Amino acid sequence: MKCQFCEKPATFHITELTEPTGPQVMHLCEEHAKGFLHKGASSPMAAIATALAKQLGQSGDDLEELDQKECPVCGITFREFRNSGRLGCPYDYTHFEADLRPLLINVHDRTDHAGKHPQRSAGTADSQARMIKLRSEMEEAIKSEDYERASELRDELKNMAAPLNPPNTETDDQS
Amino acid sequence: MKRDADFEQLARYTGEWMRGEGPESDIVISTRVRLARNLADFPFIRRCSDEDRLSIERTVRSRMETIADRLWESAQYVDLEPLSEIDRQLLVERQLISREIADSDGSRAVAFDASEGYSVMINEEDHLRIQVMRSGLDIENTWKQVNRIDDMLEEVVLYAFHPRYGYLTACPTNVGTGLRVSVMLHLPALVITEQMDRVFRSMQRINVTVRGLYGEGSQYTGDFYQVSNQVTLGYTESELLDLVGKEVAPRIIEYERKAREALLKNNRDDLHDEVSRAMGILSTARKISSEETMHHLSKIRLGISMGLIDKPDVKIINQLFLQSQSAHLQKLQGRILGTAERHARRASFLQQHLSGKDDATWN
Repeated sequence: MKCQFCEKPATFHITELTEPTGPQVMHLCEEHAKGFLHKGASSPMAAIATALAKQLGQSGDDLEELDQKECPVCGITFREFRNSGRLGCPYDYTHFEADLRPLLINVHDRTDHAGKHPQRSAGTADSQARMIKLRSEMEEAIKSEDYERASELRDELKNMAAPLNPPNTETDDQS
Repeated sequence: MKRDADFEQLARYTGEWMRGEGPESDIVISTRVRLARNLADFPFIRRCSDEDRLSIERTVRSRMETIADRLWESAQYVDLEPLSEIDRQLLVERQLISREIADSDGSRAVAFDASEGYSVMINEEDHLRIQVMRSGLDIENTWKQVNRIDDMLEEVVLYAFHPRYGYLTACPTNVGTGLRVSVMLHLPALVITEQMDRVFRSMQRINVTVRGLYGEGSQYTGDFYQVSNQVTLGYTESELLDLVGKEVAPRIIEYERKAREALLKNNRDDLHDEVSRAMGILSTARKISSEETMHHLSKIRLGISMGLIDKPDVKIINQLFLQSQSAHLQKLQGRILGTAERHARRASFLQQHLSGKDDATWN
């Protein structure tokens, strides 16, 4: 049996009895078991690890498939997220939405924001994703010294962000 | 905004929030509220290229400059990348930056005001970490200030926001409000009476976490504990502020007060003896580690709060907590010190200040 968090064999089989939903079995390699056991139950990584383990259950095939899933904007795979506990870009909340929701419930008990809203809209998830992609393409163009393309992308990016920017704010993107 | 800070000067003083004032300040050291925010048009830090990080840092800095005069009276902006390790450590000891941002690589910065009550970290785990610290238990004012800074930053940068999930953060444990309310408590009586485990257990059931002095991953040193909200999504800011400030912190304060009363009633002489011995060790030791210093300073602080000893002032103890740490000692000494040298320097520093002989570095 593989570890629930990496490709190594699971040598530790931990049954957690502290969860209110009942006993929960985790299969971990030595390294992940050490990390899991040494981290306090209150640390974010442990919360994510517990929630993901519960969510993923023990089906290796499902996990394998989910692990391969990749964000089209930042390129992060679900496996990378599982291993690091950190997402790659704002669009991940849209792309991995179905996979993240059980985790959010487990960590926060709720899934819908109830607090403050920003005064200005940053646009839709798609337009935010587009801006991130344009920026990355622009960096690539600069690296490959295709300055004409970089300049086009820069203009497009400016146009996308322009209506959202306050008046009289200098553009200060790196050139 | 003034660029860079005078670290030698910084080491000589303590921020306002360490003054030992404010509501419940015999038990509550400080209140901190932080907001995690990300720019809408960049990947999160983990997937940022070096160019992205530089661009975020430059963008935020220049946008902050446009609102600097409204943002705070006097702000300093410190580029962390070229800073020496010891200067970064100094900022960690002052809680102006996190250990994580100090140890990471690439473009990153911090802006803070002269009183050190506000700081904005750029390129930490999230693009922006805005925090406000105040002395004592003062949730409402702390929140008001951090919210004001957030509102002003929102005018000039575009935050990543999702109608359903709120402010989007690199770690799903911060998503929604991005709000972490933390209260730093000094709980020596609960430690002495071995009741901390019970407090920990009861806290786990109500969505708050209890951590050591420097937050996540740190050891519990000197009987200082940080209590903060665990959840951030699905609750309003005021619900989260009330959870920590009105439900949890007052309850722990009450436990600690009861434990102190019981100690005074049943073990007054033993406790007085411990406090006096702690004073004796710090006033006479020739070399001492920071852990041992924390331990004894904690006892002295307890002794002062409980009226067992009448000097020094609790403000001086708070300053010693800060300035006896490694980076501060080395900055005050003006050079890098090895471990043995630090232990000796720390002992003589404590001796000087506890005997009241040398107050040259106090403000």
